[in-house]
Amino acid sequence: MSTVQFIHAYIGLPLFGFLLSLIVQRTKEKLLSVISYSTAAVQLLLVLIYGISWLNMGSNPAQFKELSVYKAVNYEFFIDFLVDKLTLIFALLGSTLTFLITIYSRYYLHREEGYKRFFNTILFFNLGYTLIIFSGNMETLFIGWEILGVSSFLLIAFYRERLLPVKNALKVFSVYRIGDIGIILAMWLLHHLWHSNITFMEMNATVKLNAQLAGASGIGLITAFLFYISAAAKSAQLPFSSWLPRAMEGPTPSSAIFYGSMSVHIGAFLLLRTMHFWENQLIFKVFLVFSGLLTAFIASAISRVQSSIKSQIAYASIAQIGLIFVEIAFGLENLALIHILGNAFLRTYQLLISPSIVSHKIREQLYQNAQTTAQNSSVWQLLQQRIYILNLKEWNLDDLLFKFLWNPLKKIGRGWKILNFKFVFWVMTFVLGVGLLLRINESLLTPELRFKLPFFFAFWGFLIAVKAFTERDSVRKSLTLIMFNHVSISIALSFNEHFDHAHHIWYLSGVIVAWLIGYWILTLMRKKEWVSLDNFYGHIYEYPKTGFVFLLVCLSLAGFPITPSFIGEDLIFSHIHLSQIGLAFFTAFSLIINGLATMRIYARVFLGPHIKTYHQIAKRSS
Amino acid sequence: MNEKEIVSHTLHVLQHYLPSQAPLKDFIHHNTLHAFQEFPFHQGLNVAQQLFGYQSYMSLSFYREQYYLGNISEQILNHVLAQNGKEALRTALLNGEFDEATSPLVGTLRSAWKQELGFDLDTRVHPILFRVVSSYLDQGISIWKYPYLAAGFLENLRHLESKHFGSIFHTKRAKELLLNPDIQLPDLLLILTGSKTYFESYILDQQFAHPGYSGMVNHIAERPNVLIEQRNISLTEFIFLECLLEIDALDQHFSKKWPNVSACQLAPYQFEPASIEESEMLLVKSLWQEAYEWTYYDKVLAGLQHKHTTKSMQPMAQGIFCIDDRECSIRRHIESLHPSFATFGTPGHFHIETYFQPEGSKQRTKICPAPVEPKHLILEKSAHKQAQKDLHFAPGAYGLLFGWILTHTYGFWSAFKLALSIFKPSMNQMAVSANKHMHPDATLSIEYQGNQTEDGLKIGFSLEEMTRIVAALFKSIGLTKDFAPLVYIVAHGSSSANNTHYAGYDCGACSGRPGSVNARAFAFMANHLLVREALKEQGIYISEQTHFVPVLHDTCRDEFTYFDLSQVPNTLTEALQADQALFNQALDANAVERSRRFITLDKSDNRGQQHDKVKLRSVSLFEPRPELNHATNSLCIVGRRDFSRNLFLDRRAFLNSYDFSQDPNGESLVGILNAVAPVCGGINLEYYFSKVDNQQLGAGTKLPHNVMGLIGVANGIDGDLRTGLPSQMIEVHDPYRLLVIVEQQPDVVLKTIQSNPATWEWFKNEWVRLVCFDPVQHAFYYLQKGEFQPYAVIEAYLPLVDDVLSLIADTPENFPIVELKQKAS
Repeated sequence: MSTVQFIHAYIGLPLFGFLLSLIVQRTKEKLLSVISYSTAAVQLLLVLIYGISWLNMGSNPAQFKELSVYKAVNYEFFIDFLVDKLTLIFALLGSTLTFLITIYSRYYLHREEGYKRFFNTILFFNLGYTLIIFSGNMETLFIGWEILGVSSFLLIAFYRERLLPVKNALKVFSVYRIGDIGIILAMWLLHHLWHSNITFMEMNATVKLNAQLAGASGIGLITAFLFYISAAAKSAQLPFSSWLPRAMEGPTPSSAIFYGSMSVHIGAFLLLRTMHFWENQLIFKVFLVFSGLLTAFIASAISRVQSSIKSQIAYASIAQIGLIFVEIAFGLENLALIHILGNAFLRTYQLLISPSIVSHKIREQLYQNAQTTAQNSSVWQLLQQRIYILNLKEWNLDDLLFKFLWNPLKKIGRGWKILNFKFVFWVMTFVLGVGLLLRINESLLTPELRFKLPFFFAFWGFLIAVKAFTERDSVRKSLTLIMFNHVSISIALSFNEHFDHAHHIWYLSGVIVAWLIGYWILTLMRKKEWVSLDNFYGHIYEYPKTGFVFLLVCLSLAGFPITPSFIGEDLIFSHIHLSQIGLAFFTAFSLIINGLATMRIYARVFLGPHIKTYHQIAKRSS
Repeated sequence: MNEKEIVSHTLHVLQHYLPSQAPLKDFIHHNTLHAFQEFPFHQGLNVAQQLFGYQSYMSLSFYREQYYLGNISEQILNHVLAQNGKEALRTALLNGEFDEATSPLVGTLRSAWKQELGFDLDTRVHPILFRVVSSYLDQGISIWKYPYLAAGFLENLRHLESKHFGSIFHTKRAKELLLNPDIQLPDLLLILTGSKTYFESYILDQQFAHPGYSGMVNHIAERPNVLIEQRNISLTEFIFLECLLEIDALDQHFSKKWPNVSACQLAPYQFEPASIEESEMLLVKSLWQEAYEWTYYDKVLAGLQHKHTTKSMQPMAQGIFCIDDRECSIRRHIESLHPSFATFGTPGHFHIETYFQPEGSKQRTKICPAPVEPKHLILEKSAHKQAQKDLHFAPGAYGLLFGWILTHTYGFWSAFKLALSIFKPSMNQMAVSANKHMHPDATLSIEYQGNQTEDGLKIGFSLEEMTRIVAALFKSIGLTKDFAPLVYIVAHGSSSANNTHYAGYDCGACSGRPGSVNARAFAFMANHLLVREALKEQGIYISEQTHFVPVLHDTCRDEFTYFDLSQVPNTLTEALQADQALFNQALDANAVERSRRFITLDKSDNRGQQHDKVKLRSVSLFEPRPELNHATNSLCIVGRRDFSRNLFLDRRAFLNSYDFSQDPNGESLVGILNAVAPVCGGINLEYYFSKVDNQQLGAGTKLPHNVMGLIGVANGIDGDLRTGLPSQMIEVHDPYRLLVIVEQQPDVVLKTIQSNPATWEWFKNEWVRLVCFDPVQHAFYYLQKGEFQPYAVIEAYLPLVDDVLSLIADTPENFPIVELKQKAS
């Protein structure tokens, strides 16, 4: 089996399985589960066979370019794959656990509403995971990264007719989105550092030769920190830790496999994958050790006061991942890998058997003296008591998101009353007109203005995105604002550099079409149902198919890799200069908020407790 | 009323309506809507739905579908309509369009306030409130215990808040209010509502937004003994904290002043259940429900009406089983394998009211009906201490250093165990086994030797007490003569893995424990020569040749465990072995009968193999339905076995033996019906309500459940505790009320049930239905609005079936009543 064949088969399996599972009838439980576990079983077999031959052939990393999607001067968007020890270990972990858990779920989910949806999402997740671990460049990795994010959202919101899973899915999605900023900006910096799209292997080979990285310009350091943000968000390190226990909303096996093992170790994967990039940056390594230890101590203290079994396991896992980060910082790759495997297996099993704790502990309790006031006062116990409330409150980590993200955004979005929809609409029309006019007749612009305009438009786009995110009433307005945001960004960058109009078309085509379809769906819905953003409406109960199409619309609007807009986004980014940090930041930030706004629309209109109460509906608190 | 009085009145109302579910270890079935039992059933459901928004019936489309499927008969529908004088509603029932949406009264005030505020208070307050309370109540999940610095929940919190790092509050005012000892609940309510006129509505709205935690706190406050590690908390303290957290959240969100309830000029509502008017939609549903039930009842009564051939042969062996509906089919299989094997049914604690303390255990467990306060204790003496530990639940697994070592090493063992648990499930530490309750080889201190515990429990039973227990049981089931050489006392328990609700699978009469200790104790007493001597004076003659053998039936695995076999006289060994062979056959058959409901189970195997697969379910981590427990229960037959013996009741009946001829004045019947109504009725109604509204009255699907503090389950980590039964337990259940059929004359029955007001309420208000079969006139009477009316069976057709097992093998659905062809003995 050649490497190419291996990779094609290994990645093709979940893709094929996923597509196949979409067309299987929802009542065909057996077929759905067979598709899921057999893809994982074959994957496991493949990785074992290939792994052995790979060891025999000298354990050399293998890399190849799969497909060039778009090519321009200094820019090429291509899919690239890489296989090395890291890949194979993560593949072994992923396929083993996916195989075991899909068999487990086959019985566990029997007769569950959403049986099909569960296996669809698992296969989709498996695809994302596989893409990440086999990715040979940042672009490929980012595709997998996005798939992982969306499938996580869908798994956490699996019980979509209840409020808490939906709210928590949104919360986790937003933390993931913050992680995405890291990747997007890192991709942008890397592109400028190397003046082309490079692969991980090229990066590793030439990192020392690169003048800018060798020098003390700080760009290398910034890039490393961007990697850290992404890794920390995905692996629930400080300050993002509080999302992990809140992700435990789906059926227990899905929590076990994703949040106990596969998903949560992807951050560690990213650090290992980019290790050569930052291994000479002492500051970053010191930071990594420090943050890893801090996470380890705090998370393990929080874990100790948890009265719910799943959050206890979640924080214990976070603590170990903190230690894994430390091991990675010290360059102990092998130790880290063993640790990752052990932690993943242990937490998965702990979560799966978590319901057993009741009978187990109560039996144990029978044989112990009852403790009501068993507080002796050793120094250690006094300390425990001192920091008890702090731990109970998870060191206020869950409030951070409110404090530093939601509340400021809400203030911006709702504070500027003048920025109502009508105003935005007319300004937008005006901007579009002026923008086109200026683009056609560029002599009207002074060089100074030309330099400032992109920033102005990007900031404008950012404001619109915030407006879309904080809209509380009209769904269609919010949707339109999201589209406007993309258009603003496109205009902004058109002043930045002369480039092919095709780039704009790449970027906007998916967005505009998605907006049109979304608008049309909402208009149809409005004729029959009350639809607004002031509450969760749960219309998926009556409109499951419409809901699915609308989800695709939202994903397209958010620049998810199902339309050309995904490449367009990356393409547009490459036209931001290295010196324009502000522009890059606002562009990236508005893309993030955009994504949140679209998923918020989907969640509010289609998910949550159904607004019509003629059938069994769970309490909001349940 | 002044403010304090209003609050205390409201608390009183609240306590009445909150769910009263015990912590998981004592999970016992009860009527979910017990608070409405003062009303007749349909009125109670009407009130409950309009007050709290519960779906109290199935949907109209369900009933109409049942009608078209023939599960609601045309004739009986007409009969029900005619009886209630509602013929005019016929078209409305069949085709009328109704809005089935609920719009509960409770919740309206705060929801209007939320609109005015534009701020969702609950989603802010609930997570931290639940977190604090569940940490306080936690029985053993957290590794660092909740610091217990002072008695009482709030007092303790004051200590924590005043002297320690961190605070559960974000703002100053709330913390100051907590630390000020003069502040009482009415003061906080005034801050939130502005006027005492809102207190009642506000508290009800607030607490019914999370009935799970409120109910649990209330339950524990009223019965501190239910927790092994006791906690001092009251509902008032809980509400106090919630109000504080609300003030905190509002202060934080609005940063300046916020409008309280009265500033928003909202109107409070009057909480008056008795004045709720009837809704037409619910009336229509209640008529459908009646027709649905009577279509089924009618078939049952048709079956019972058939001529019974009473065989008065000398029984070869006898078995006394629990009344439990799961024992219904095993009894049928034993009888059909050997027609001269006589079986009896009685509540499975076998009249033994006691605590039990296992070897090495520091705690006592109640093993008799929950309301009873036992005065006795049975101690286990055994060479085996049954405490086991699993490293996966060891505190160190969550620690840093030990966790680091553990993940590097034990983590890989976990992967292996995981694979093993999927491909080769076997009995392990994780599984709950019916046999873990008491070690089979242990000796029990059953006879009183003059010892007492410090708190006054008698260790064992005196001769007099033993005699009384044995006599009472035999009299109540009508077994006072013709004892066979071997009499089996068959208790039951259940094994399962990864099951948080395991206590609900064991014997309800033993407070959710297996009945093995009770069976052994009863057999010991009945084998006791001095007891037998004393029994003779009461006219119960047990011959010397008779021996009682205690047995435990594992209802999930379909296995019998025999105890004290060494005491069986040698003369009976052969008979015993023959019986054991018979039981094994019956257990195989029973497992096969049960497996028709397990859709994923392969039916092509032979009986033994199918039985093995059924057994596997009890140890499989991935099996959310180890057994189906009481699902489909719908009947309770109180009478001689011959009365119902030849009917196929599809494991749906609680069977309590009772011989009317030996109890002309209903003295034994009183005891039986006093137990049947709350126990069987409680089971039945918990299934009913968990079925009709699995989201609010049931626990929803169990798959995402997370164990909170070992006392309850919640979804995710921020959810309210879920009460009732998970959907996996009720999905095959048909929501019929329990039909109790008593073989006795109506006037005796009436007198009996009226003698106890609690029992009378169950029957009079029709939360369970009652029919009596007059054994003299061979006629049925049913209790309607507190009076017996004659009942003539409407559809008297009853199929006669030869081999019911092969007939039902491929139908997972409920199967109609049929008569079984008698085999020649």
